[in-house]
Amino acid sequence: MSGITQGIRTFRQAAGERWRTAPRAVRWSVLAAVIIFFYALPNKEFYQYLGPIPTTESNFGQVLFTISIYVLLAVGLNVVVGFAGLLDLGYFGFFAVGAYTVAVLTSPSSDIKTLWPWLAVVPIAIALTAISGVALGTPTLRLRGDYLAIVTLGFAEMIRIAATSSSFLKGQRGFNQIPHPPGEYADGRPIFGVLDARPYYWLVLTLILLVVFGVRNLTRSRVGRAWVSIREDEDAAQLMGVPTFTFKLWAFAIGAAIGGLAGALFAGKQNFVNSQSFELLNSIIILAAVILGGSGNIVGAIVGGGLVAYLIERFRGIEVLGVELYEFRFLAFGVILIIMMIFRPQGLIPNRRRAAELKDRRKEVTVGG
Amino acid sequence: MDFTGLFSHFGELTTTGLAQGAIYALVALGYTLVYGVLRLINFAHSEVFISGAFAAIWTWSMLGLNQDSKVSGFGSILLYLLIAMVVAALASALAATVIERVAYRPLRRRNAPPLAFLITAIGASITISEAFGIFTRRLPQGVPNLVSNEPLFHIAGTPIRVMEVLIIGAALLMMVGLDTFINRTRFGRGIRAVAQDPDTAALMGVNRDRTILLVFIAGGTMAGVAGLLYDIRIGAVTYSVGFLLGLKAFTAAVLGGIGNLRGALLGGLLLGLVENYASELFGSQWKDFAAFAVLVVLLMFRPTGLLGESLGRARA
Amino acid sequence: MRQKLARVLGGAALVALVAGGAACSSGGDDAADGACGYKIGFFGALTGSSAALGINMNNGVKLAVDQYNKANPDCKVELVELDSQGSPDQAPQLAQRAIDDEKLLGIVGPAYSGESEAANPLFSEAGLVHITPSATRPSLADQGWKTFFRVIGNDLSQGPAAGTYIKNVLKAEKVYVIDDQSAYGAGLADEVKKVLGPAVVGSDKVQGEGKQSDFSGVVTKVKASGATAIYFGGYYQEAGLIRKQLTNAGVKAPLIAGDGVNDPAYITSAGQDAAEGTILTCPCQPATKARGSFVSDYKALNGVDPGTYSDSAYDAANILLAGIKAGKTTRADLLEFVRGYTGEGVAASYKFTDKGELDPSQVKIWAYKVQGGQVVPDQEIPLG
Repeated sequence: MSGITQGIRTFRQAAGERWRTAPRAVRWSVLAAVIIFFYALPNKEFYQYLGPIPTTESNFGQVLFTISIYVLLAVGLNVVVGFAGLLDLGYFGFFAVGAYTVAVLTSPSSDIKTLWPWLAVVPIAIALTAISGVALGTPTLRLRGDYLAIVTLGFAEMIRIAATSSSFLKGQRGFNQIPHPPGEYADGRPIFGVLDARPYYWLVLTLILLVVFGVRNLTRSRVGRAWVSIREDEDAAQLMGVPTFTFKLWAFAIGAAIGGLAGALFAGKQNFVNSQSFELLNSIIILAAVILGGSGNIVGAIVGGGLVAYLIERFRGIEVLGVELYEFRFLAFGVILIIMMIFRPQGLIPNRRRAAELKDRRKEVTVGG
Repeated sequence: MDFTGLFSHFGELTTTGLAQGAIYALVALGYTLVYGVLRLINFAHSEVFISGAFAAIWTWSMLGLNQDSKVSGFGSILLYLLIAMVVAALASALAATVIERVAYRPLRRRNAPPLAFLITAIGASITISEAFGIFTRRLPQGVPNLVSNEPLFHIAGTPIRVMEVLIIGAALLMMVGLDTFINRTRFGRGIRAVAQDPDTAALMGVNRDRTILLVFIAGGTMAGVAGLLYDIRIGAVTYSVGFLLGLKAFTAAVLGGIGNLRGALLGGLLLGLVENYASELFGSQWKDFAAFAVLVVLLMFRPTGLLGESLGRARA
Repeated sequence: MRQKLARVLGGAALVALVAGGAACSSGGDDAADGACGYKIGFFGALTGSSAALGINMNNGVKLAVDQYNKANPDCKVELVELDSQGSPDQAPQLAQRAIDDEKLLGIVGPAYSGESEAANPLFSEAGLVHITPSATRPSLADQGWKTFFRVIGNDLSQGPAAGTYIKNVLKAEKVYVIDDQSAYGAGLADEVKKVLGPAVVGSDKVQGEGKQSDFSGVVTKVKASGATAIYFGGYYQEAGLIRKQLTNAGVKAPLIAGDGVNDPAYITSAGQDAAEGTILTCPCQPATKARGSFVSDYKALNGVDPGTYSDSAYDAANILLAGIKAGKTTRADLLEFVRGYTGEGVAASYKFTDKGELDPSQVKIWAYKVQGGQVVPDQEIPLG
């Protein structure tokens, strides 16, 4: 057995090595193939040949939309947790801010009845969430580690309670008839209709690509290097003249804006937003997704977000010994989290720098352990 | 906002708030102990608490009591309570031990980063909570009426009921016990030593793993008793209530200064009071909001909580 | 090496699981003996914090399908369970899953008002008829959905009835109103407040869905208000705790609540003594001849007593099944059939208005009382 695992490990390392040394053209064409694959995925003509991959007990196009939203959220949270090393347990709160901004400004059931179109409101939603990120970050980012975690958790819970209890945000009654994104086919049918989730998925996918492109460039710039220095040793970074607070605030605001974008997309697709969509568990699932995938690595975050959302849905309708597995999906999720962290704390696709540090840590002698 | 209500019901709000706060404080002790020694938010502690709460209910049901039973006679009530308390404390201590063994120890062996601990803790929390949910078919489990609700005496017109006296009394007793354990015994010295400086403590011959286990058991025992008191006070338990209660207890621990035993007590009681006063002022739906708002505001001005971080007297 | 091994095993297990699931589901598609392949769906929460009511309803639907299949062994109908967890987020993908399945002709559900808002537009677009046994938000009927039907009265009938009962039967002059801020609970509480007017001496809101378990703040207020009756708009989980904590604090005034509290779990969490005398309103009629052996059949199949909405879900399923039996085996035909349906069920007699509401003349609100741990009929509340 150890031979097999050894073999797999060598294969993985060799694959990684080959990927890094492959010519640029090869890398780009592989990347393009992967992207085309994901654009083709929601078409029944394509996915019916993929065996057990599509979900059978819920519409695959719709599920892909949900997954893509999770991926977008994971990419956003990765900026905060993975790059800047800020433990944010209430990230879903920003998603809520984005969705509610859209709902309040567009829905006919809103008190202010502005009834603006969806597209006009999206930039406002993103700006507002970024501002709320700064507003939350300014007082709290001076706190370190665990205190920041509990404050962000408290913040998310406060948003949920405000959404449930304030009459302006309509609580569980929610906002309905939120407009869809604009656009029509040649024959006058709306592109973003009710029954077909694929256009929404393609929209989110495109935005994910744009966001990933932006974030990737950012991490390779001065900002990204500052984040890494903060993550690794904040005091040292400060001493070296990195304005740590400003950069932490930037990370928080960018992460929040991406969360707000996800919320705005969700509201535009869902047509309906109420307080039930913002459970605390969601924040935790996203965080777990980022860390499972590989905190600090964009590809890792994408894989983590996609996998977590997909697996939870994939359990639906599978029966083992007459017991529906769906009932056990969170139980299984919990167990997987524990096992993963014990055997692969750096995540599925780790950030190379972090993985190397972890290796070093492991070699250090643990006293008394 | 209704200040007249706050003043006219001040006594009652205070007693019930203190009772709830005492439960928060007991659970908060578990967070604070583990944090003091391991610098780790034991996210799964809420499920340690719920294990105790369910263990007490199932003990009673094995003894033939259900939610409709009435027990009379001081002796037999006390007996039922004591048996359930012992079982609940044991069950919670066991749950804490299992969590430490399965979720934390392997990570410590590998010297994993703090984030990994947080994620296994979340994993353990979800696993245990879901297991209870599936086992109880996600239905509330009723508690027998053991403790009378008659007022014992009055202070300035406010009835002081047996239940509140029992809960606050039991909680204080447990905390005094824990405080003595940490500050006066050999084991307690070990715990303080590891909290202060794990490496030096190890060099001085303190068994780190055993000390950590002891910390989890002590925290678990407190949470088990809290589970029993919660049963008596609330009257029914659903599998999912642990999460929010745990969050509140953690808030209480941070409020008082995490890692600080007396801080946990202070934070717990304070949180119970804040919640009750806020629910009178703004309506019950805002009580959790108020609890978290107080936390956020407090951390801005006193980033290490009311009494500051320290386990025992080690880090003043 | 141990970690690699675990990873390989984990991966293998996952692949096996997914492949196995696919195998199961593809196997399930093959029609069993005597099936003609038609399906009806149940749409609601079967897991998660709001699952208890969903399970009640699903069991009712199961019974209806089971009885139908026994009576029609040559043309069996299959039940498809769509577990939404009561969450509006999951509703669209499940709704579309149902729509994709061409053999699926009708839906019982969606169970809650929130998920209805997210799922019903899809059903309406696809022309798939759905009968909800429990979503009582009045505005659901006003959104122009062509496929929406509901077999119970909405909040606008049950709420005022509860108010009338408190005013005329209990003759309570001081009423305290609590709600859980759910669309259902707040809707009922608002209607009750309208009817009672100045008799409402105070009101408070609590958090629903199991988010609150300590109600000492509310209890204090109720006690201080000197209320002689307490109305609670919400579900059984909070109701049980509130009732128990009120009784523990010495408040003896009766609790009045809607059908969301009419569940055995209310009595188990409050305890029999505290629950005694609780008044529950329900847009459903008590055991009558029509009800026949429903309770015993239900228990025989599911092993538990029917709970809230079990009977209306059973009736809703029977309406769909009657249509299939009558040969209405396209979605359009079945939709027309339901639109024109009149008939008796175990919970009420059915006939729908143009908007899909139960015909107002058929809406009967009954008051039930908790006595000795059982929910027994008290009286019909005249609607005025």
